[in-house]
Amino acid sequence: MPDNHTYPGQERFVAAADDVVVGAIDAVDQDAEPTGFWKTAWLQLKVRPLFWVCVALLALILLIVLFPSVFAFGKDPHYATLERSMLPVSGEHWFGTDMQGHDIYARTIYGARASVIVGVLTTAAVVVIGGLLGATAGFFGGWLDSLIARLSDVFFGVPLMLAAVVVMQMVTSRTVYSVVLVLAIFSWPQIARIARSAAISIRNEEYIDASKSLGASKVRTLFTHVIPNCLGPVIVVATVALGVFIVTEATLSYLGIGLPESSISWGMDIASGQPRLREGSPILFFPAGALALTVLTFMMLGDVLSDALDPKARKR
Amino acid sequence: MRIRSKRWSTTRAILAVAVAASLAVSGCSMDGAKSADTKGPDATVRVNSTEPQSGLVPSDTNEKGGGQVIEMLFDGLYDYRPDGTPELANAESVETTDNQNFLVKLKRDWAFTDGTPVKASNYVRAWNFGAAGKNLQKQQDFFAPIDGFDEVKGKDAPATELRGLRVIDDYTFSIRLAAPNIDFKLALGFYPFSPLPDVFFTEGKEKFGQNPVGNGPYKLKRWRHNVQLETVRNETYKGAKPKNGGITFIMYESYDAAYTDILSGNLDLQDELPDSALGSFRKTFGDRAITRPTAQTQSFVIPQFLQHFGADEEGRLRRQAISMSINRPQIIEKVFRGMRNPSVDFTAQAIPGWRADLPGNETVKYNPELAKQRWAQANAIKPWTGAFQIAYNSDGGHKVWVDAVTNQVKNTLGIEASGKPYATFKQIRDELTKKTLTAAGRNGWQGDYPTQLNFLVPNYVTGGGSNDGDYSNPQFDALIDQAESTLDPVKSTELVNRAQEILLRDLPIIPMWDYIQAAVVGEGVRGELTWNGRPDYPNMTKE
Amino acid sequence: MARYLLSRLGQLVIVFFGATLLIYALVFLVPADPIAALGGDRKLPPEIVEGLRAQYHLDQPFLVQYWYYIKGVFSLDFGTSFSGQPVWDVMKRAFPVTVNLALIALAVETILGIFFGVLAGLKKGKLFDTSILFVSLIIIAVPIFVLGFVAQFVFGIKLEWFPVTVGGNLDFYHLLLPGIVLGLVSFAYVVRLTRSQVSQNLTADYVRTATAKGLPRSRVVLVHVLRNSLIPVVTFLGADIGALMGGALVTEGIFNIPGVGGTIYQAIIRGEAATVVSFVTVLIVIYLICNVVVDLLYAALDPRIRYA
Repeated sequence: MPDNHTYPGQERFVAAADDVVVGAIDAVDQDAEPTGFWKTAWLQLKVRPLFWVCVALLALILLIVLFPSVFAFGKDPHYATLERSMLPVSGEHWFGTDMQGHDIYARTIYGARASVIVGVLTTAAVVVIGGLLGATAGFFGGWLDSLIARLSDVFFGVPLMLAAVVVMQMVTSRTVYSVVLVLAIFSWPQIARIARSAAISIRNEEYIDASKSLGASKVRTLFTHVIPNCLGPVIVVATVALGVFIVTEATLSYLGIGLPESSISWGMDIASGQPRLREGSPILFFPAGALALTVLTFMMLGDVLSDALDPKARKR
Repeated sequence: MRIRSKRWSTTRAILAVAVAASLAVSGCSMDGAKSADTKGPDATVRVNSTEPQSGLVPSDTNEKGGGQVIEMLFDGLYDYRPDGTPELANAESVETTDNQNFLVKLKRDWAFTDGTPVKASNYVRAWNFGAAGKNLQKQQDFFAPIDGFDEVKGKDAPATELRGLRVIDDYTFSIRLAAPNIDFKLALGFYPFSPLPDVFFTEGKEKFGQNPVGNGPYKLKRWRHNVQLETVRNETYKGAKPKNGGITFIMYESYDAAYTDILSGNLDLQDELPDSALGSFRKTFGDRAITRPTAQTQSFVIPQFLQHFGADEEGRLRRQAISMSINRPQIIEKVFRGMRNPSVDFTAQAIPGWRADLPGNETVKYNPELAKQRWAQANAIKPWTGAFQIAYNSDGGHKVWVDAVTNQVKNTLGIEASGKPYATFKQIRDELTKKTLTAAGRNGWQGDYPTQLNFLVPNYVTGGGSNDGDYSNPQFDALIDQAESTLDPVKSTELVNRAQEILLRDLPIIPMWDYIQAAVVGEGVRGELTWNGRPDYPNMTKE
Repeated sequence: MARYLLSRLGQLVIVFFGATLLIYALVFLVPADPIAALGGDRKLPPEIVEGLRAQYHLDQPFLVQYWYYIKGVFSLDFGTSFSGQPVWDVMKRAFPVTVNLALIALAVETILGIFFGVLAGLKKGKLFDTSILFVSLIIIAVPIFVLGFVAQFVFGIKLEWFPVTVGGNLDFYHLLLPGIVLGLVSFAYVVRLTRSQVSQNLTADYVRTATAKGLPRSRVVLVHVLRNSLIPVVTFLGADIGALMGGALVTEGIFNIPGVGGTIYQAIIRGEAATVVSFVTVLIVIYLICNVVVDLLYAALDPRIRYA
């Protein structure tokens, strides 16, 4: 006889026998397609409304990056004249003008391109390099682990800002790619560490032993089992890191070692807007808002993806 | 809930060791001395500064942080009043009939803070030390006019004493210059000409520099590097007694932090307002905001080796066109909120001899039609290629005005123009020296002593110490030479201004503006700014 | 365990040499003469420039300069800055300040971060969770020079809850606001990481078992879930210490803190290789020691990990 009394601190998990139809549980659709790791994830993602909101926002951002002139309605972000310095929000200048006389709305639209490219490229580089190296180190262990771990120590121990100052002084012509390079070289260890610790936890799981006993080579196991299972924590950190890279570009511009003058980015506009805060002028609010929105989109996407890709969650 | 396990106790042990170790490190040398806030005639005045970049040795200091401390600790033959006119300080008299031979008589009752008297030998030995190449003193160039300088200036020169300096008796010495120089007497108030006590020569410059002994209105109390430097009034000083009990120089890396401190009452005076405060400081501080035109200029140099800007007709036309496409008053109004004066010559308004109406100064006034004309004429000689850029260092807050200037050039002349930021000025200097710079370079000058020649000689004379653009014009050199050697100051000024007409035509640099220095003081504090923008520290009071 | 520690120490020495060489090379590669720059806006006389270059061995080839530096290190002489200060003295003054600052930031991000992260993970999907996510988003998306400035303005000038700058007052109270500002971004990371780990682990089998066994919820969460969730968090914290110490550049500027970040920055600008290398090497060594501590903590937190 099932005991329906619950003691304090206890939760009831045992279903009453009448509620469960045994036949339903045992019936398995023999003809259904086998679902793999990624397919399952996709099925989970499809049904979440938050996922589609993120996709829509991403599409909007992508469109702005690709076709800024359309969204800026033909306003020129490069034209500046001091006659129009620091004008307030108006019908002609939707976000007002900055100290040089640029139209802030146009600059915010055009600034998306450089900022997003810095973020995406850096994150891609960091995830590929860091993820591979970290998972390899964690999974294989031994001297390879020590080597990669010490290498990442050297790069991670050097503070990013200071390394950027040194490197930017060395480079005579700064481009978007030099900024991406600097950020990536000194940030990959962060991802590597996460991937490594995840790989270490996974390496003793039973399915790894199973894979080995089935005759799969270590490298194949690495790519088929270890790396996909590292993806959860890596994605969480990577999506946040993407936002951080865009923001770091702003700090680099603030220190004078960011993107070249000819480019327009949110970071540069936030940095040049910051001194105007003391006068009570909120012009940095617009590029900062655009940046926050972009960061939010990527972070939400990361949350949604990590829920879908999480192996533990799928056991539910 | 108790967690009982071997793992937890290991964790706890590891964490305990880590925490203890870090606390041990952080506990070291953590004396938190506060900057006291006192009032009255013995009050300590707290001002902002930057860390001196060398030991406190007068002939080795060439930047503001060290310089303003040295000026408080040492006194020379002359002092400068706030308006820049010299008055005798340590000297009883400095006589000359030909601006080449000087007889210096010192006052007899002056002494250093260690009790030793200030004698003629203290001056002569100090100046020999500064001039001798083997001592590697950064202000060595100031001793160049003295006879014998060429023999001592080399690093391995055998001679270490200037032929032109002679001690006659304990309180008299003579100076002979290599050539007559109308400015030299006025230059004697500048701090590299300070005397050094005997202890400097026994201790050596390193040790002395950390704990200097001087003869000025203040003496050093304590120097906490990178934090603050405290001075107290020198009670044995024989000059005008300071109206406060001491100055504490608090070190800042960023002017914004200093401004925040004066807003909260942690500072009594702040004299380098950050960019962010220019629009609001007058409203915030009211009559506690002090301004004064000072002998400091801003410009950008177009080097002679830059393509299209050589020493020929095309170059001259282009320089004039660029200069006339810049609307200086507009930039001053919008970017600097009125805290500058547009340049109309190559010196500064605060310098005696300055004239607002030099013939030929249309080249430094905004005239877009004429600018376009000249540019077109230059294009007829040789068509323009590429872009016009101005190199600047991003750590100096110059981006805003450089961008404004290049925008104006772009809009007026219709060419590509932009700023070219470098992380530091050192790289720009390097490229100028190696002649690899492909842009104009930000430039500026701060007067060491208030004369026009001080602005013109180092910058525009052929081979001048600061002639970054390699400008060379023999007519200009000749006029300056004459101006230096005449005995009549009025004639000298006339010659100087005739020389400037040449510069206005050639435009080796494009003058932009000279500074109106702004400072703010705290509640109950009174202070003034002087001719070179520095506050008049000894006369500051706190009620 | 002892063998493990010894081998780690051995690797530390190798990393030390590798890192010093690398950083020395980087500073050396910056194309500009640091001595000529000592003149500031003006040129120095050429003989003086030559003489000073010789004094600092800057006229020697790269490896010779490096050798001079390493030789000095063994007698605890870390070189001299261009202003005549022994680098050892400069380090002695700057490091304690920065260690204090970093400790405060670390405490904030650890205690508050894990606390809020656990709560958010437990209440996943509810309003509290969403607002935590929103706050962490704002912290990450706003650059630190804005955050610091606003914090200083609001909490220092307007509300007067904290002193606005540090300067010579190197006590806990003055360092508190800058410490919090410094730790904010890491706090956001820790909250999100803890939250995601906690919410994942709550669905694990052993949690179900423990609850079925009759263990109170608090014990389940705090003893079992938390310990397993902390591994990536501890990883992050250990790595963060180095970043906190060396990366406080902007914060130190805003609050006028005479710490490591500003000192290194000024040294880089001036091209003082000895100062830069000494400081950065000490930072790396500290970071490496933290890594060893973190790895030992792994063993304590996860019984599957053993160091033979």
